[in-house]
Amino acid sequence: MTPELGQLALILALLLALAQGVLPLIGAWRGNRALMAVARPAAAGQAVFVAMAFAILVWAFLHFDFSVQYVADNSNLELPWYYRIAAVWGAHEGSLLLWILILNVWTVALAAFSQKLPEVFASRVLAVMGLIAVGFLAFIIFTSNPFGRLLPMPGDGADLNPVLQDPGMTFHPPVLYTGYVGFSVAFAFAIAGLLGGELEQAWVRWARPWTNVAWAFLTLGIVAGSWWAYAELGWGGWWFWDPVENASFMPWLVGLGLIHAQAITEKRGSLRAWTILLSIFAFSLSLLGTFLVRSGVLTSVHAFASDPRRGVFILAFLTIVVGGSLLLYALRAPKVAGGKAFKLVSRETVLLIGNLMFAVAAAMVLLGTLFPLIGDALNLGRISVGPPYFGFLFPLLMLPVVLLMPFGPFLRWGKGEPDVLKSLLLRVSIAAAACAIVAAFFVDGQPKAIVGVAAATWIAIGVLLYVYKRWREVPRGRRYPAEMAGMLLAHMGLAVFVVGVLLSESLSVTSDVRMAPGQTQHIGSYDFRFDGAHRTTGPNWRADQGTVTVTRDRKPVTVMHPQKRTYLRGQVQTESAVDAGIFRDLYVALGEPMDAGNIEGAWSLRLYYKPFIRWIWGGGLLMMLGGFTCAADKRFRIKRAAAIADDVLVQEARA
Amino acid sequence: MNRLLPFIAFMLLVALFGFGIWWNTQHDQNAIPSPLLNKPAPAFNLPKLYEPTQMVSKADLLGKPYLLNVFASWCIECGVEHPVLEAAGPSLGVRLVGYNYKDAPADAKRWLGEHGNPYDLLVADEPGHTAIDFGVYGAPESFLIDAKGVIRYKHIGPITPEVLAKELKPAIAAMLKETP
Repeated sequence: MTPELGQLALILALLLALAQGVLPLIGAWRGNRALMAVARPAAAGQAVFVAMAFAILVWAFLHFDFSVQYVADNSNLELPWYYRIAAVWGAHEGSLLLWILILNVWTVALAAFSQKLPEVFASRVLAVMGLIAVGFLAFIIFTSNPFGRLLPMPGDGADLNPVLQDPGMTFHPPVLYTGYVGFSVAFAFAIAGLLGGELEQAWVRWARPWTNVAWAFLTLGIVAGSWWAYAELGWGGWWFWDPVENASFMPWLVGLGLIHAQAITEKRGSLRAWTILLSIFAFSLSLLGTFLVRSGVLTSVHAFASDPRRGVFILAFLTIVVGGSLLLYALRAPKVAGGKAFKLVSRETVLLIGNLMFAVAAAMVLLGTLFPLIGDALNLGRISVGPPYFGFLFPLLMLPVVLLMPFGPFLRWGKGEPDVLKSLLLRVSIAAAACAIVAAFFVDGQPKAIVGVAAATWIAIGVLLYVYKRWREVPRGRRYPAEMAGMLLAHMGLAVFVVGVLLSESLSVTSDVRMAPGQTQHIGSYDFRFDGAHRTTGPNWRADQGTVTVTRDRKPVTVMHPQKRTYLRGQVQTESAVDAGIFRDLYVALGEPMDAGNIEGAWSLRLYYKPFIRWIWGGGLLMMLGGFTCAADKRFRIKRAAAIADDVLVQEARA
Repeated sequence: MNRLLPFIAFMLLVALFGFGIWWNTQHDQNAIPSPLLNKPAPAFNLPKLYEPTQMVSKADLLGKPYLLNVFASWCIECGVEHPVLEAAGPSLGVRLVGYNYKDAPADAKRWLGEHGNPYDLLVADEPGHTAIDFGVYGAPESFLIDAKGVIRYKHIGPITPEVLAKELKPAIAAMLKETP
């Protein structure tokens, strides 16, 4: 009975979403306050019912209700409780429900924090959120019901994909979705602005913290996913350019552009149309990611569900949402280039170049991801472009971003002084060159590593010089407002990230060896001694577990236990052992026993020494922190709506 | 007009996706009929993976049938297929020739070191030019080539235990019956 209640809750949520999506729009159009007032209660009610449906699904997993098809497909009696909760979003239907739940959390937050916005504007924003929810609720109800029954009820279920049975994987999807869905807020603001023709500068200021928070969550989600791939797949890689990863990376890139474009539009009033367009694109790419992962269009690589009905449904939804908003953009976007003019040497120019690079990079990733499909369409055959394409083009496109980054903050809005540029260029060049020369001695002349050190120094010195400049020139208390601190943190994050990528890629040592118990292998400055393997068991798996003792100059460093697990349903999964450190990771993956019958004997092992790899995720986390810090700026707290509008008008008048 | 451009571009994308869905309903992607089926395999001359100075040509392999398996270390699905090949390799009844596709030799060797090497012979096509002659769509892909050098069967995507039992083994049996 309970699962049917879940379904009923979803249907009620759909009706409330319809009310939330339609009535306030009519109200805002007709100036009817009663209709506009529907938005908030409808949003709250919808959230309650969606949360109820979600809780019922969790309950079904916790109580082994295998009469529910989805539960039977994705869990079994031996699966520990924490993975049974994670199994809720382990496959298509449940992850869609999670998506909707998160959309509702964002909507409720928006409803709560938008009290001080002009009523007409707030109801339009909430209505757009409601319409998005309508699409997703209809999708889940009509094509992907997680509460479908299975009769007769099986005694035990299948298993959650063992790849997903990892702590990193349990929290990766919720965080990632929080980021994806968060872009719906900036989208809703843009659409509401287009509908009403409001002053862009006002709504862009309100949208900025939301965009920053969504982007920060997306960053965290991608970092978690990358970390999970590294720890779990046993290949020691951290990014594979596969379509599912690309699906999260495209909105991230466009979101990054949007953050910077919003800053320009809010402060200077220029680039309004571009900001609106990016707001639409960021969310569209989130939807597109959902489409690509779930429609089966790219089946040959990764598939969530390849039911053509689902594909058609999402495509129709995508067409209405994105097509509709782009049409609206074509009709209503500001026709006249507004805002203050800027010269060639100005902060706007630098930000604009960065923006273009992010947009082009996102387009490049999109093209690469869709290449097999384009090949089909043009009858060229299913051509795939792999890491070679992305690995060559992406760094090339990001080069201007890295080169220009130190100059952005130093340049004034509108018109920068070339003199400042010259002295800055001189300082960062000398610093980067000096560090590169010093580094050359430590990295055996590896060009990639030297470039990495130079680029990171280039960015980091730029950031530090700016910190120093503010310290010297600005009175205490006003030196580093949150918005600026966030920017500096995120930029520093890029420097750390660059170190991680280039140094780990060029200096890593990998060794595939056959080791008998007691044998020692020397890698980097470490000695790995294999102490044999034995059988062990976990809640729902058995494993061969190896023991590897690592020493350095005869001093013990760590003891590692890589495993090769066999899950109940026969899936085999490698659990690599990682000894993490700030400057290096040691990583051991267990291969195969040399003699299949004798696990006590020699094994093939894969040993890695990976310097600085942790800086990749460290850099990502700094960027995330930057996003959150920025969003906390006091300037973004909505004062009184009228006051802001006045504020903007005054600024406009002055310009 | 300028403002309509994003909309138009998006609609082109929608058309592409619509086509993709339609295509999927029309084609089983793992069984795209190859124009090369029952035609002579294209001539090739490729270095061995482990001894790059030695070349292997189509002529060298004539006389006995073989299964040409296209794989790469960057290919995720190849890892899925690999255990199947390792288990079935000796009992296939034909030689198993590994075709390392668009891969750095060092990566390929490392990958084989980790996953095991079921191949009787390994050739490397690092630039991927010869693969174009074979009409390779991506990795993994397998071609069953008979003693006269004719392609008898082709499979796109990983060889799963199912594909092995229901398609590959019958195809090998049929071929060996005709031309032992």
